[in-house]
Amino acid sequence: MFDSLADKLQATLADVRGRGTLTEQDVTAAMREVRLALLEADVNFKVVKSFTEAVKTRALGADVIGQLNPGQQVVKIVADELTELMGGSGRELAFSPRPPTVVVMAGLQGSGKTTAAAKLARYLREQHGSSVALAACDVYRPAAVEQLVKVGAQAGADVYEQGTGEDPVKIAAWARDRATAEGKDVLIIDTSGRLHIDQELMAELANIKKVTSPHDILLVVDAMTGQDAVAVAEEFAEVVQFDGVVLTKLDGDARGGAALSVKAITGKPILFASTGEKLDQFERFHPDRMAQRILGMGDVMTLIEKAQDAYDEDQAAELERKLRKQQFGLDDFLEQLRQVRRLGPLQSLLGMIPGLGNELRGAKVDEREFDRVQAIILSMTPEERRHPELIKGSRRLRIARGSGTNVQAVKQLIKQFEQMRKVMRQVAQGRMPDLGALMRQSR
Amino acid sequence: MAREWRDVFVVDGAPAGVSGSDEPTGTEEKRMGPFRRLRENLRRTRQALRSEIQATLFEDLSEQTWERLEEALIYADVGARTTARVVAELEQEATAGKLTGGEALTSRLTELLADIARTGDDRIDVTARPTVILLAGVNGTGKTTTAGKLAWHLTTELGLSVVLGAGDTFRAAAVEQLELWAQRAGARLVKGPPGADPGSVAYEAIAVARREGTDVAIIDTAGRLHTQDELMAELEKVRRAITKQLPEAPHETLLTVDATTGQNGLQQARLFSEAVKVTGLVLTKLDGTAKGGIALAIAQELGIPVKLIGVGEQLEDLRPFDPAEFARALVAS
Ligand SMILES: Nc1nc2c(ncn2[C@@H]2O[C@H](COP(=O)(O)OP(=O)(O)OP(=O)(O)O)[C@@H](O)[C@H]2O)c(=O)[nH]1
Ligand SMILES: Nc1nc2c(ncn2[C@@H]2O[C@H](COP(=O)(O)OP(=O)(O)O)[C@@H](O)[C@H]2O)c(=O)[nH]1
Ligand SMILES: [Mg+2]
Ligand SMILES: [Mg+2]
Repeated sequence: MFDSLADKLQATLADVRGRGTLTEQDVTAAMREVRLALLEADVNFKVVKSFTEAVKTRALGADVIGQLNPGQQVVKIVADELTELMGGSGRELAFSPRPPTVVVMAGLQGSGKTTAAAKLARYLREQHGSSVALAACDVYRPAAVEQLVKVGAQAGADVYEQGTGEDPVKIAAWARDRATAEGKDVLIIDTSGRLHIDQELMAELANIKKVTSPHDILLVVDAMTGQDAVAVAEEFAEVVQFDGVVLTKLDGDARGGAALSVKAITGKPILFASTGEKLDQFERFHPDRMAQRILGMGDVMTLIEKAQDAYDEDQAAELERKLRKQQFGLDDFLEQLRQVRRLGPLQSLLGMIPGLGNELRGAKVDEREFDRVQAIILSMTPEERRHPELIKGSRRLRIARGSGTNVQAVKQLIKQFEQMRKVMRQVAQGRMPDLGALMRQSR
Repeated sequence: MAREWRDVFVVDGAPAGVSGSDEPTGTEEKRMGPFRRLRENLRRTRQALRSEIQATLFEDLSEQTWERLEEALIYADVGARTTARVVAELEQEATAGKLTGGEALTSRLTELLADIARTGDDRIDVTARPTVILLAGVNGTGKTTTAGKLAWHLTTELGLSVVLGAGDTFRAAAVEQLELWAQRAGARLVKGPPGADPGSVAYEAIAVARREGTDVAIIDTAGRLHTQDELMAELEKVRRAITKQLPEAPHETLLTVDATTGQNGLQQARLFSEAVKVTGLVLTKLDGTAKGGIALAIAQELGIPVKLIGVGEQLEDLRPFDPAEFARALVAS
């Protein structure tokens, strides 16, 4: 995998430190690296061109002082510029003063429209207490209606469908009337996947727009999309003037440069991020995080937020107290592991930590390791869990047998636990441990 | 000329159920459909790229030529690395005086790209009874659709009987989707109860094929991201279940890659291959404007050949992959 951009730039700009400012030559050299990084992240090459030119102007003559080294300085400028470009106006979903608010989901085949429609329904129900209906206007793909009926039920939304015999435009108009009659707050229309060059189907989409006068048309874009994202976005923008973008499959390791391409070309805001197949894996889009991701800088903010969501305040206070009093035992350790696990697959968490992302990208995280650790701890007596130093010889053997592991595994776990306890004590005392060193140690 | 079905599929002697003539009666019409579709698609692809490269046809080879060439390849999602390699090779040949003018450059470029695309064994051997074909890939890339189209082609073009195994037991209405494809293709469907273990469904589908003397079993699976360890482990389990039923199976493990996929496609191919030993790609959605250049990077870096291409949502929209034609579509012909 590629070195992090900051490291590369640091090598390129090694001798800038002494001089204190970035010269034209420095910037040109730096932009070559930036260009490669953006292309590698699938940002459209035309967008890359105009973007690097803009950044070049800003970076020229920038002072390299203070905390950041020149490489970091350039990355910061690039990241700031990217964030600004992707954020911009920050338009929200538009709600109609007179319900129902009508939302149309559109996009290429398989981009995630149906899933996103159900996710949005669930999101609006939970966040805004809206009553939501979903309209099944994909009459082409086999079992598309059945799919929407199922995910709609999971989302707690009514699904309006007329099977596959009717014309999608008619279904859309009918659904709008029905949503009005039934006093729904929001109607979300799921449409079939279509190629931007399919004139017939693009005309159909324009007609759906005409008969339903939607307040929001959302283009659903797969985060793994390559250079073609520009052509797709341009065409959908021209035919239906969509209002915002949903970026899907962000739970993978794609850098997601398509987000930048689409925003740069159409100026439409990215409103939501879809991060999994389950309906609750859906969040507001954060341009700063996306900028860091495109540049391969990890995603600390998301990680922190996820941790906050999954974290129980009282437990946290209790943990802190235990750490201070040095009463942190294996029971607490197990609880911590369970909490981490609730955040999501470990692999995706690692990708969010800057510096670790690239280093560990190829590394395999064995989720079953959790089960083994859990089995070992649960095979200990409460006394042993509080005082692992008691675990020697025969106790070790008993625990190994009880957990179906071996003595070596038990030893290893206790050693890791001791290390971790040391680090946590440091954290509790306000000292930041060297994460990188820790990772290297434990491998 | 494009490759024909019989160029891709290895069958025993004369294919069963189909008369000896090269043009089975009544299929002429059917054949023209997909062909026209493909040609139209390729023409569109060419037009886009031709405008990128056109200048090279009239100019001497200059710095600008190389830059434009680079851009054209990047635009096709070939990726920086493979692009750099191709351009360096051409530049070297030009310096050595082997290439003069845009015309020579274009034809050499096409040749080079086709050579990269031509890797490993790109045929599909369907002589085993039953032959088991496992379909895997990232969410929404076209596994189920490919399963349906492939079943239909094996039946109509080669006269083989097919069982479809509904191994996506996770996504809402995935079984119903495959069921409809099975009806269209005239194939038998084997499914489990809702939420069934995908390995058991695959196992059962092959058992049915063996019992009933069906020629080919195609196993659909749920879409998954290559980064999801638990789901990749599940896929490995499906593969093991298949092998348990039939030791030499799966005979073919096809990875569907969406032609609009960017550089992430390489990592997809790498990790799926590590998990279930991918034997070939199906490059889907080539009927759009995306060029599918990532397949070149995959061929180059991992040596996995493309075997089939998807060019639409209808039964007939599956074609054998033709490296030369693919290369010509990437460049102007
Ligand atoms: N990993 C992951 N998978 C997703 C996400 N969003 C959707 N999917 C999956 O991607 C596949 C396609 O999603 P759909 O919602 O059916 O997409 P669609 O755009 O409606 O597809 P068509 O109607 O067939 O054009 C399904 O397997 C979904 O489960 C996501 O954010 N992450
Ligand atoms: N235009 C086009 N669409 C395709 C092609 N192959 C599949 N699709 C569509 O892409 C979407 C996802 O396909 P599906 O087979 O459900 O993907 P799976 O999730 O991998 O099984 C569906 O809407 C299909 O109709 C293709 O070659 N061209
Ligand atoms: Mg859909
Ligand atoms: Mg499927």
